[in-house]
Amino acid sequence: MASTTHDVSPPAGAAHERTHEPRPYANPYLAGIGLGLVLLAAFVFMGRGLGASGAFNSTIAWLVSLVAPGYAASNEFLARYLDVPGHPLKAWLVFEVLGVFTGALLSGVLAHRMSRTVEKGPGASVALRLGLAFLGGFLMAFGAALGRGCTSGQALTGGAILNAGSWIFMTCFFGGAYGAAWFVRRQWR
Amino acid sequence: MNLPLYKFGAFGDEASLVVAFVIGIGFGWFLERAGFGNARKLMAQFYLTDMAVFKVMFSAVVTALLGVTYLAWAGWLDLSLVYYVPTYWITAILGGLLMGVGFVIGGYCPGTSVASMATGRIDGLVYVAGFAAGTLGFVLGYPLFKELLAMGDLGVLTLPEVAGVRWGIVVFGVVLLAIGGFAGATWVEKWMAARAEPGASAE
Repeated sequence: MASTTHDVSPPAGAAHERTHEPRPYANPYLAGIGLGLVLLAAFVFMGRGLGASGAFNSTIAWLVSLVAPGYAASNEFLARYLDVPGHPLKAWLVFEVLGVFTGALLSGVLAHRMSRTVEKGPGASVALRLGLAFLGGFLMAFGAALGRGCTSGQALTGGAILNAGSWIFMTCFFGGAYGAAWFVRRQWR
Repeated sequence: MNLPLYKFGAFGDEASLVVAFVIGIGFGWFLERAGFGNARKLMAQFYLTDMAVFKVMFSAVVTALLGVTYLAWAGWLDLSLVYYVPTYWITAILGGLLMGVGFVIGGYCPGTSVASMATGRIDGLVYVAGFAAGTLGFVLGYPLFKELLAMGDLGVLTLPEVAGVRWGIVVFGVVLLAIGGFAGATWVEKWMAARAEPGASAE
């Protein structure tokens, strides 16, 4: 019985809807090496690493500037994202994140892993899961803004160039997650 | 070779956005391949049943680190032109802890939530909405955080500088840490599998 609890392969229900079974996920070391080569390419081509939260910042900056242009210009945090040549959305990370969406979509389609579902533990309700997904995203936005980057921009990118702050961030990231895991176990187990 | 190409003017800003999109495709591809568009796969790391988060992350860090180290050693990559986020140790601790706590609550991080949303996951989509709302919340509360953000400023700082040893020594240390971590993570996975199903083979 425990095997279903710990089963992290794509949901079995999705398999019945289509002719192809979802393929198993890649070997973690191979996926990691691939990810590392993509990160290396970012350093080699651009002199910068990967990211994700910055694209959210650019998007929010642009939206706020549409609604309240005066306020947006006066907010120091936003001004950084509005002070780009052309349009605020013509930012490197916005295009990179559009790529992330496209790449994940391609991979998901080719591996038959597309599924309109809610990922959660068997004991958790959909409402609980979606509420916590929103709350977690909300908290992590504050974490990323304070930490000057997210798991991609700080932990992964800075980790690979031995950035001291990134290693502090990464250690605290794993510490925080392990520390809080027990409290939200019913969502996942 | 003069790397990074962009910093040496090999291409301009418009082309850099194309590069961004292509690199993003690679990023999203490998996140999805690894199973990181699925919150259950990500969260298994913290209940010790599947340590893929650690394995993928550290394989990636070691791969890129060895690549950067080699290219810099060969004189092809000018590491001083690679962007480093300045170290603010106080907010690195607070931000890291908050991100970690948020991770097990939300099930994703910003990058993986995009991969999750792209493959149809509704919880990934809701997470993205939460992250956007949180970003707006931070923006509105920015005056409150301004002082905190400026605290603990150590400037651009690397681990070799902190430890007072050569770059290569730290690289060696990170590789050892990763190899030890991989062995430990696999051992933990097997132990958890055996505990969950006595008699069953550890997968």
